[in-house]
Amino acid sequence: MAKAKIVVPELTGKIEIPGIKEGATSGLKSHIAKEKDMVALGFPGELVPDWKEKAVERMADLLKKYRSLQVFMDICVKCGACTDKCQFYLGSRDPRNMPVARAELLRKVYRRYLTLGGKVFGPLVDAEELTKETLDEWYTYFHQCSECRRCSVFCPYGIDTAEITMAGREILDSIGYGQKYVTEIIHKVYTVGNNLGMPGPAIQSTLDFLKEDIKETSGADVEFPMDVQGADILFVTPSADFFASPHVESLMGYAKVFKQAGISWTLSSHASEAGNFGMFIGNFDVKRKVANRIREGILDLKPKRLIHGECGHAWRIAYSFWNTLIGPFDTLDPKYPAPQHICEFTLDLIKRGALKLDKTANDEFTVTFHDSCNVARGSRMGDRPGGQFEIPREIIKATCNKYVDMNPDTIREKTFCCGGGGGILTDELIDIRIKGAMPRMQAYKAVKDSNGVNFLALICAICKAQFTKILPYYGYDMEEVGGVHQLVGRAIVLKGKEGI
Amino acid sequence: MEISLLMVIFSAMAYGAGAVFVVGFLARLSKYAKAPSPLKIPTTPAPITNVGVVFRLLGDVILFKSLFKGNKWTWTGGIVFHYCFLLVVIRHLRYFLYPVAGWDMGVMQNVGVYAGIVLPIAVIYLLMRRTTVDRTMFVSSLADYFALALIFSIAVTGLLMKFYVRPFMVDVKGFMYGLVTLNPSAPPADPVFLLHITLVFTLMAYFPFSKLMHAGGVFFSPTRNQCDNPREKRHVNPWSPNLSA
Repeated sequence: MAKAKIVVPELTGKIEIPGIKEGATSGLKSHIAKEKDMVALGFPGELVPDWKEKAVERMADLLKKYRSLQVFMDICVKCGACTDKCQFYLGSRDPRNMPVARAELLRKVYRRYLTLGGKVFGPLVDAEELTKETLDEWYTYFHQCSECRRCSVFCPYGIDTAEITMAGREILDSIGYGQKYVTEIIHKVYTVGNNLGMPGPAIQSTLDFLKEDIKETSGADVEFPMDVQGADILFVTPSADFFASPHVESLMGYAKVFKQAGISWTLSSHASEAGNFGMFIGNFDVKRKVANRIREGILDLKPKRLIHGECGHAWRIAYSFWNTLIGPFDTLDPKYPAPQHICEFTLDLIKRGALKLDKTANDEFTVTFHDSCNVARGSRMGDRPGGQFEIPREIIKATCNKYVDMNPDTIREKTFCCGGGGGILTDELIDIRIKGAMPRMQAYKAVKDSNGVNFLALICAICKAQFTKILPYYGYDMEEVGGVHQLVGRAIVLKGKEGI
Repeated sequence: MEISLLMVIFSAMAYGAGAVFVVGFLARLSKYAKAPSPLKIPTTPAPITNVGVVFRLLGDVILFKSLFKGNKWTWTGGIVFHYCFLLVVIRHLRYFLYPVAGWDMGVMQNVGVYAGIVLPIAVIYLLMRRTTVDRTMFVSSLADYFALALIFSIAVTGLLMKFYVRPFMVDVKGFMYGLVTLNPSAPPADPVFLLHITLVFTLMAYFPFSKLMHAGGVFFSPTRNQCDNPREKRHVNPWSPNLSA
């Protein structure tokens, strides 16, 4: 297949609402899942012959299990408030990427088979047969959504396209029409224990290397303990932190924070993945099976507290879903939130004066912060609504002298997705990822031009991977991307007093 | 009591439409109520107390706060449309109440008439917006235009009676009051009036099968009606309450 040329949107610093261009990204299709991965997840290995009946059956089943889906199928009035809110529409101009139109792909089939009006009046009430063409459209456009929930902020009824995309993908999986990237990764978690497929010894050698590296550059002994029984803290983080750049910089930051706090902590080679791609395909049992490794890690290592690293969808899973999936956390010390975000932990230390931070260590940077979609709209930090916006910013401001926010319509609850979340961080979708990143890139360009910003601070493994890859397409250096705890790690003064 | 054909037809339509509306509406709501919420999914930042959740929901139901964030033009049209509709309905209570409550007379009647004049204008505004923006044009379909056309026709036939072809009001009240007291009588044989109520019955019967269920449905939206406290209070998925592992 000849590769279509990727056209990178032009950067002007402004986000314009484009006119629609039907079918603009109808050809961008994610690779289909391999049979072995599908079977391992409990799905049919390939498209089943009676897919039409099975798909409708699964939809009916999900409608009974998810109030969100049932209500969202019925109550959209097509007011249009969401139509200019999705980064994938803004970047691609494909009207099927408008949240209402994406949901309509599912709704028209719902009406045809599962509502009285649709059965009787058919096309008059937008009810349509499930054809192979529609099925393919489901596959295409439910993999051009990052489940970022931006549309749900502006919807007068709170219709959340993430729920609809998850249902769509779950139906597709149930008939053997899964996506390669996500199923392959979940299969890796089932067999090896983490998304990157790193066995314990491989993680250990990275940790040893990091320890030596810090010793050489700063002279300090910073430990990266793994599988320590009875440590105060079990620290769970996305496996990308053990391997990828700039992720690993934040891992060094966490370790330095724990050292300065004088608290014993440990990683787990079994619970070596905070991420949970089960969320991306919606399936409850897969989600729980992936999350269960965390529960097993807790039962095995018997920590008092559970702390979570920098990752967006993982924090949504941890904060919002873990208690349901694998709780209650009876064995943990009830004095502390379970789980607790590393940013909550670090800011608390900063406020109590337990960390000595040298802001000048980050003087080469003018920093801005990208709110990760799942943290912003699917979770909280701290004890007040919106703490997820304030806490990371407070940490950043404590670690550097120059901080500036991007356009207020692109941050906090209105933040755009990086363009790579929700299970689309895969090479064959690079075109839609570039287009989806456009609104964030425009806002980034604006603060670069006005304030000389040169550091995009993040708290998500997917955001980090996505922007590292995408920035060069837009003419920026991938080195401008980094974690919040990367800034902390650079500013922290290690020879200061230990303990609190 | 004289039994006329008009009486039989219109009483049957009234009771039929009323039954479809009430039973259908409640059946939909019961479907929403029965479907469980397996996970906590409020769109955050969300209230962390139940009182906060009530305020959030009321903000969306009364002030359309989310829509205000989303699109000021649509919000303006939506607010004007819905409140005019509400005032017109309140004004019509005088046909069902005997004696008519004091608050429903005088000023309320005038306000209702003004609202009735604005209502079709708001419908046209919403229609214009729907058809002039390429994005909403793309997603709009027959069902969307039908709902607008129906409400527009109801408003216009109502205004016609108010200002041009006034039916004999004693007969109108007699018919309406007869319906609510289960003592049906013949409606006035006034074509505009009969068209007006036929359209209203159509709207009522259509309601539970359509997007109009957003009234009522919005209260069941989990992203709006859930409290943000998953760490403090364990939320249990009713269809998968315990770990099998």
